[in-house]
Amino acid sequence: MEWEVVIGLEVHVQLNTKTKIFSGSSTTFGAAPNTQASAVDLALPGTLPVLNEQALKKAILFGLAIDADICMASVFDRKNYFYPDLPKGYQTTQMDFPIVGPGIVTISLSDGSSRDIRVHHAHLEEDAGKSLHEDYHGMTGIDLNRAGTPLIEIVSEPDLRSAEEAVAYLRKIHSIVTYLDISDGDLSQGSLRCDANVSVRPKGQAEYGTRAEIKNINSFRFVERAIKVEVQRQIELIEDGGKVKQETRLYDSDKNETRAMRSKEEANDYRYFPCPDLLPVVIEQSLVDQLKTTMPELPDAKRQRFEQAYGLSSYDAALLTTERAIANYFEAAADAAGDAKLAANWVNGELSAALNRDNLGIANSPVSASQLGGLIQRIVDNSISGKIAKQVFEALWNGEGDSADAIIDSKGLKQVSDTGALGAMVDEVLAANPDQVEQFRGADEGKRKKMLGFFVGQIMKASKGQANPGVINKILNEKLGG
Amino acid sequence: MPNHTVADILRGLEAKTFSSEEITQQYLDAIVAHDPRYNSYITVTAAAALEQARAADLARQNGSGGLLCGVPIAHKDIFCTDGVRTSCASKMLNNFIAPYNATIVTKLAQAGTITLGKTNMDEFAMGSSNETSFYGAVRNPWNTDCVPGGSSGGSAAAIAAGLAPAATGTDTGGSIRQPAALCGLTGLKPTYGRVSRYGMIAFASSLDQAGPMAKTAEDNALLLQAMAGFDPLDSTSMQLPVPDFVGGLNKDLKGLKIGVPKEYFSEGLDPAIGAAVEAALDEYRKLGAEIKAISLPHTHLAVPCYYIIAPAEASANLSRFDGVRYGYRCENPKDLDDLYTRTRAEGFGAEVKRRILIGTYALSSGFYDAYYRKAQQIRRLIKQDFNEAFKEVDIIAGPTTPNPAFALGEKVSDPLTMYLEDIYTIAVNLAGLPAISLPVGLTQGKPIGLQLIGRDFDEASLLAAAHQYQQRSDWHRQVAPGSV
Repeated sequence: MEWEVVIGLEVHVQLNTKTKIFSGSSTTFGAAPNTQASAVDLALPGTLPVLNEQALKKAILFGLAIDADICMASVFDRKNYFYPDLPKGYQTTQMDFPIVGPGIVTISLSDGSSRDIRVHHAHLEEDAGKSLHEDYHGMTGIDLNRAGTPLIEIVSEPDLRSAEEAVAYLRKIHSIVTYLDISDGDLSQGSLRCDANVSVRPKGQAEYGTRAEIKNINSFRFVERAIKVEVQRQIELIEDGGKVKQETRLYDSDKNETRAMRSKEEANDYRYFPCPDLLPVVIEQSLVDQLKTTMPELPDAKRQRFEQAYGLSSYDAALLTTERAIANYFEAAADAAGDAKLAANWVNGELSAALNRDNLGIANSPVSASQLGGLIQRIVDNSISGKIAKQVFEALWNGEGDSADAIIDSKGLKQVSDTGALGAMVDEVLAANPDQVEQFRGADEGKRKKMLGFFVGQIMKASKGQANPGVINKILNEKLGG
Repeated sequence: MPNHTVADILRGLEAKTFSSEEITQQYLDAIVAHDPRYNSYITVTAAAALEQARAADLARQNGSGGLLCGVPIAHKDIFCTDGVRTSCASKMLNNFIAPYNATIVTKLAQAGTITLGKTNMDEFAMGSSNETSFYGAVRNPWNTDCVPGGSSGGSAAAIAAGLAPAATGTDTGGSIRQPAALCGLTGLKPTYGRVSRYGMIAFASSLDQAGPMAKTAEDNALLLQAMAGFDPLDSTSMQLPVPDFVGGLNKDLKGLKIGVPKEYFSEGLDPAIGAAVEAALDEYRKLGAEIKAISLPHTHLAVPCYYIIAPAEASANLSRFDGVRYGYRCENPKDLDDLYTRTRAEGFGAEVKRRILIGTYALSSGFYDAYYRKAQQIRRLIKQDFNEAFKEVDIIAGPTTPNPAFALGEKVSDPLTMYLEDIYTIAVNLAGLPAISLPVGLTQGKPIGLQLIGRDFDEASLLAAAHQYQQRSDWHRQVAPGSV
């Protein structure tokens, strides 16, 4: 039987406000446990929440970016459950009237096509603290630094049809929130966390299969692997005559498997009700209008502009625009180089490979955009060949000089175009290969072209790559052509 | 010394008849000597009080003292007080030393008040008799076999016994007005949002309001002046200017329209209370007010509506008492469930547990629409009743309670009868309105309270009406037989 995969994602994004959503405590990651927890965060008796306006604005920006309706009177609710890292015994979140209504996220797929994924809504809520199970001699430590960090939870419709699409969607959410600068998007610090609702159904069937929710998958790679392994589990289960249970499952990345956490029957009754400590959040249209004017160019618009203004392929443009910082880097490099296509090739090629190899983000690239631009300039004006350029790039990367020019100078890598010097080199190569010269002279036009490459190669070797290939060709043709 | 009002004390301090230190010492001595009979205080902060009093005396000398400079008062033990146990009369918080001050505690301290101590109350403010306290019941100074009312019963008894000239209270369904009525005092529940709730341990957040309790309307005005105002730490406090309550006390009552709801005089009302209220209304006629019969048709729904909304909110508000971070924790929990279950089973009293269960039930999936949502709809109808009435009248008047102080133990085992003691006060909280209770008579030696209800944020009219009645009557000057 052919199966269709149905996936909906719930993505939690930590907003990068300076202070928490309902208190004045700092949100900086990595501080000593419980040093960033105020009376409000500890839920001391008598304390009350006050909404952080910056968190509200960031949520509205997200809504505008996915073309959603903004709720002009959204309501905070209490979600009741007991857990040691949830100090109040309830989470303040939004249920019936979330700040962001239905919207659209467009994802690009590897075959060049794109799909619109519907977002059901996005709501504001507070993060919980952390339970620490190590180093406490069998007891559990509670760190409430994270408690009260503002989150938006973005809930998609079940529109995703493969693990690849789920990853593309998550990457798109990541690029939108980082473009908007509403989150640092740092997955390793939990700034973006994902729950996946996964089900399968026979292709062509209208109703959905029973879904399992996979909790807390916190990297792009694990999202793909967790969904794939869960899909496989469900298909095998059904094909063996079993039934998928509605339950919450945990992904174990070490064993690459999902495990049941709790079934629907064991699920909490969260007893949502409007939080009486917070009035409905009434927004003026003028605030929305004002925020609209602060919207940066978003990935889709930037990608279109890159295609049109720089003549880039849609693939290159998409690659360059996934991260705002990469797009900015590219634009600066292209500006300095005066050749956008070449700049795109270098950013997507050499630079990207080097960053991956050394596990660095673009912000920490040892080669700056202007340095790369300067390097590309020397390719464009024929001062160096593409091959030499790679050497120069490595040297820049390793900090062997401040600019491409300085490295070219100090290493003497400048391309040799002097006809006298190259003529002598050609003569040497021809003299050393009399048989090939004989063959060349006896060959027809078609074969001659191929054989010319042999001589060029020999000369490049002799010149350590610095000979200008155009000039060599010209001299060779003169000397062999006779 | 006994039965000083706040205004008396301010005059005495101004005239140097006594110093703040002297008067504070007198109250502290009286508490030691007489409070064992009433149990009105949970904690007495004698050393700190005397230190504050000496500082106040200095400030008064320097001319830098605030409105209430040197006046000793007591705080209901529901308000967080920095460095002092704040128990909410619960075993759960018997060991809780608050690390910060409630906003009203700070504001009153800035105005110059001295804190004598923390007063007894019903556990987590849940009760109408002050019998649910972990620290034991409070006795009514008018009749020590009777309850003082609740939940601010300790504050009421302390004032009536002469163990404090004034005190703070909180009112979620009548918890200031009912004990004020039962102890012969004047007590004001301000409009919801007039006074900050920050640092006041929450019972039902959409209903809770802090307010003053004292002998006279004038004292209430003095305290409210210091307590009221917007607080950036409380999103539900209103950004409105605070009127000059003291300056407005003598505002002419001529032409004031007072509405009397027929529903407040139906079955269940003690006839002696009905008669005392009628007599008080006559005094208002003499003051130039016009008395009109009105109707608040949804009055009978107020108690059932309240006993959905208040417990629902309480069930969430009290979840933070889980034994994890502060407060009571059970011995040797064997796992997390055991920690939660035994901590809460052992730490909360019966009435608190009853309300948590009611509230949890009312919010449960499948019951929410039938209970909580329905109650919210009824709440809007009740508010509408008042809106309609206030198109016709300026103030609504009636009895504060259906009965005078009842005997200790009389209603403990019958929660429904107990809940009905708040039948006239509860609707006011549901509507968020201000209301004051003032003494207007005695029956069998027990005080009777008149309730005046005002428009949103019109505490000034209530204080003026109560004050001018008190200029023509001496019910508020009656001294409880057990008073110092």
